[in-house]
Amino acid sequence: MTHLNELTLAEARDGLKAGDFSATELVKAHLSAIEAARGLNAYLLETPERALQMAGVADAKIASGEARPLEGLPLGVKDLFCTHGVATTAGSKILEGFQPHYESAVTHNLWRDGAVMLGKLNLDEFAMGSSNETSAYGDVVSPWRRAGSDTKLVPGGSSGGSAAAVAAHLCLGATATDTGGSIRQPAAFTGTVGIKPTYGRCSRWGTVAYASSLDQAGPIARTVRDCAILLGSMAGADSRDTTCADLPVPDFEAAVARGVKGLTIGIPKEYRVEGMSAEIQALWDKGAAMLKDAGATIREISLPHTRYALPAYYIVAPAEASSNLARYDGVRYGLRVPGKDIAGMYENTRAAGFGREVKRRIMIGTYVLSAGYYDAYYVRAQKIRTLIKRDFEEAYASGIDAILTPATPSAAFGIGEKGSGDPVEMYLQDVFTITVNMAGLPGISVPAGLDAQGLPLGLQLIGRPFDEETLFAAAQVIETAAGRTKLPAAWWA
Amino acid sequence: MTAPVNPKKLIKGGLHDWEVVIGMEIHAQVTSRSKLFSGASTEFGAEPNDHVSLVDAAMPGMLPVINEECVAQAVRTGLGLKARINHRSVFDRKNYFYPDLPQGYQISQFKDPIVGEGEVLVDLADGESITVGIERLHLEQDAGKSLHDQNPTQSFVDLNRSGVALMEIVSRPDLRSSEEARAYVTKLRTILRYLGTCDGDMEKGSLRADVNVSVRKPGDPLGTRCEIKNVNSIRFIGQAIEVEARRQIAIIEDGGTISQETRLFDPARAETRSMRSKEEAHDYRYFPDPDLLPLEFDQAYVDALAEGLPELPDAKKARLMSEYGLDSYSANVMIADRAFSDFYERVLKGPDGKLTTVAPKRDAKIAANWVINEFFGRLNKDGLDLSQAPVEPEQLGAILDLLGENVISGKIAKELFDIVWSEGGDPREIVKSRSMNQVNDTDAIEAAVDEIIAKNPDKVQQAKEKPTLLGWFVGQTMKATGGKANPAAVNALLKAKLGIE
Repeated sequence: MTHLNELTLAEARDGLKAGDFSATELVKAHLSAIEAARGLNAYLLETPERALQMAGVADAKIASGEARPLEGLPLGVKDLFCTHGVATTAGSKILEGFQPHYESAVTHNLWRDGAVMLGKLNLDEFAMGSSNETSAYGDVVSPWRRAGSDTKLVPGGSSGGSAAAVAAHLCLGATATDTGGSIRQPAAFTGTVGIKPTYGRCSRWGTVAYASSLDQAGPIARTVRDCAILLGSMAGADSRDTTCADLPVPDFEAAVARGVKGLTIGIPKEYRVEGMSAEIQALWDKGAAMLKDAGATIREISLPHTRYALPAYYIVAPAEASSNLARYDGVRYGLRVPGKDIAGMYENTRAAGFGREVKRRIMIGTYVLSAGYYDAYYVRAQKIRTLIKRDFEEAYASGIDAILTPATPSAAFGIGEKGSGDPVEMYLQDVFTITVNMAGLPGISVPAGLDAQGLPLGLQLIGRPFDEETLFAAAQVIETAAGRTKLPAAWWA
Repeated sequence: MTAPVNPKKLIKGGLHDWEVVIGMEIHAQVTSRSKLFSGASTEFGAEPNDHVSLVDAAMPGMLPVINEECVAQAVRTGLGLKARINHRSVFDRKNYFYPDLPQGYQISQFKDPIVGEGEVLVDLADGESITVGIERLHLEQDAGKSLHDQNPTQSFVDLNRSGVALMEIVSRPDLRSSEEARAYVTKLRTILRYLGTCDGDMEKGSLRADVNVSVRKPGDPLGTRCEIKNVNSIRFIGQAIEVEARRQIAIIEDGGTISQETRLFDPARAETRSMRSKEEAHDYRYFPDPDLLPLEFDQAYVDALAEGLPELPDAKKARLMSEYGLDSYSANVMIADRAFSDFYERVLKGPDGKLTTVAPKRDAKIAANWVINEFFGRLNKDGLDLSQAPVEPEQLGAILDLLGENVISGKIAKELFDIVWSEGGDPREIVKSRSMNQVNDTDAIEAAVDEIIAKNPDKVQQAKEKPTLLGWFVGQTMKATGGKANPAAVNALLKAKLGIE
């Protein structure tokens, strides 16, 4: 018999409704799995008491016929979302001891709909990273291993804890955030599904900011349908975030079964980057064939400014980050390291509180906004951003419904293998995902097969603004055709 | 900047005359119930940190949301400054570290302010008037307050002001003397108060000025300027300009050069001191705030706000002059405060207060003299605000009516005013009950005159040779009638009886 924590979110929902098991049993199955998987370091903080209390409420609601859409479904929360009365660190020492007196809009929406919080998930510090190795609280170990090897692999990042927890059955689904690929890349590395919705689909209120114009919350789950269910609860208008769209949330789950008949899928030639592995190329071709077989038309398109996206991103995102992270000054909350005067206190606090990658991005951001460099860097990067956006608009205007690309340039790599010498090696992880954030579009990563070493690979679908429904429909076609990735057995337990 | 040089405004140096050039940045606190980007209260005088929202304290994940009332107030002010209203403006972040700046940046408007170029007409004491150009007005957040006197080793922070909306109103360097600068700030404050967009209370810090001062020989290009930060009274603005201009002149005449810097004015020592040099100036790393969309509205929005504006000082002055025949001086006194002219017009038009429909039944100029000299004079003497005045416009109006109807003389009217001021009451009743009415009965006056002539034959004789002695007879007659005799009748009778032409 399947363990309860190995059900999909949709299956668990239906089982609860049918009375096959209780929310408390479902939560307990997760709590013991989490306990057994502490070696993966996916959870920064487990909240079992709260989980059982919420499960108790859920069981009562189910019994009285008042079940809400996510009643009793246990989730993990990326530790970038502020949770009322529960420590929130953003993966950084500088927020050590910080307990918010408020609940982020996204998690509030999930609890409103009856979901259960299992705990807070590890991440790259302030969501800056692609391997979860920049977390101040240790690396997350992927549940995946190369065939015949016990080398520890990264789960990707920055939502590494979220992806690893979902892949290792430590939650039914998890919240995540994506600024340059932080949902889609770890989803691809762990054989899970992750969607970054359109910028403005989810409120940013109460989520620790990295780069405000790019940050967007979304779910990671084990199936396309589960992602659709979760996003339906996470999304929605919020007057507290003026960049959040005042639009109704569609029935995403209903879109999953729509199919792709009659849709035109674009294949952008510029994504055929130099040195792309044959495996990735083959996966991409396979994905296109799956969509074609399901009735879509495949067409090559051009997104000519693609190659400028990565450098432009590494100007815009650090610029915003350098300003967003100025509030961590030791004055009001979190870490404070005394100094001889106020400037000394700032310097000591920030020197001790931030890790290397965060400091690097603050310095890059400070530099590109400085007098004399602003026009050369920030202003030009914004112009590139406009051009990238226009590339997509033109493609969609020409009749393209969604765009298919690889999600990552490779499968997961080993902990410590990349980026220790040259940070750009790590930055290149986001080469396929970053354009989507720059243009504010929705993008979904869906598993499409394994590489030669038995590691999962993902494909990405990019949609029109606020058309996540087409992405769910197309991703479901790939999930069905490729078959759901068989997640690894619990070697860690 | 190229206006003709007025020699009267030049400052005498040791070697020659100098022209001082002044531009101002006024920080005016927007009148609004809540802050620029949060719902926290703006009320003055609360306990430290009582009015602080999660946004004001820059808690992680908090986002600013624009307060629409502050936008409306900025547009109203722009209209009051006859300025261009920008239908699209952008909020930028001005980045620097300070404990009273929780976000680590101030949200301000740098490249695209909400209000563009405008102007302010300023009347000076000598009757001259100047037009001061407004370069821009933008919205920004105020900072909190660092408290250094609460603990021997630590500083505390009060964030009540953090995030309160300010309008920064930037003038062109159009001012040429400390007097002009003071008059400009006074006029600007009057306009803001008329509009109801800033209370202008400098003691509470609702209005602060950064003053840019430079000097040059008349006709030369602009000199290097120094910025005097945060001057918080109109008197200090004048003093700061005087001492700073003289400091710069002394340096230049000694063969030195002025270095561009930020300075502070110390009123106790009457000097300005260097705060930071140009080299030490912050690099604020301005960039558009990604948490806020550009601020956009249409002309219909501006038109609706324009329709709701009150009559502004310049228009009111013109109307007082044309409608009531006031001179420029009297009109200026009346418009200095909206309440002044309101009081005056209520005196003029009677108790119904319908300022626009009822024709004046009281003499406008006499009323103006009474309001300015007697009423405002008495307020000043007693140190009272208009709102604390014990005399209502209706009471003053009644006194003026009694005067106009010849029931009382001017002298008695002043006595009556004193009585009403200190005791209150209906002036007409008081005149009746205390028999203060003027004696217009010629027979009664004639009896008094005859008696005085009879008693003073020598003076009568002298008066025929020296007609100015008439005044003595008038005085005696007034004394004999208890001051109530109609002075015109007394005069006429005496002249006839004494044979003076």
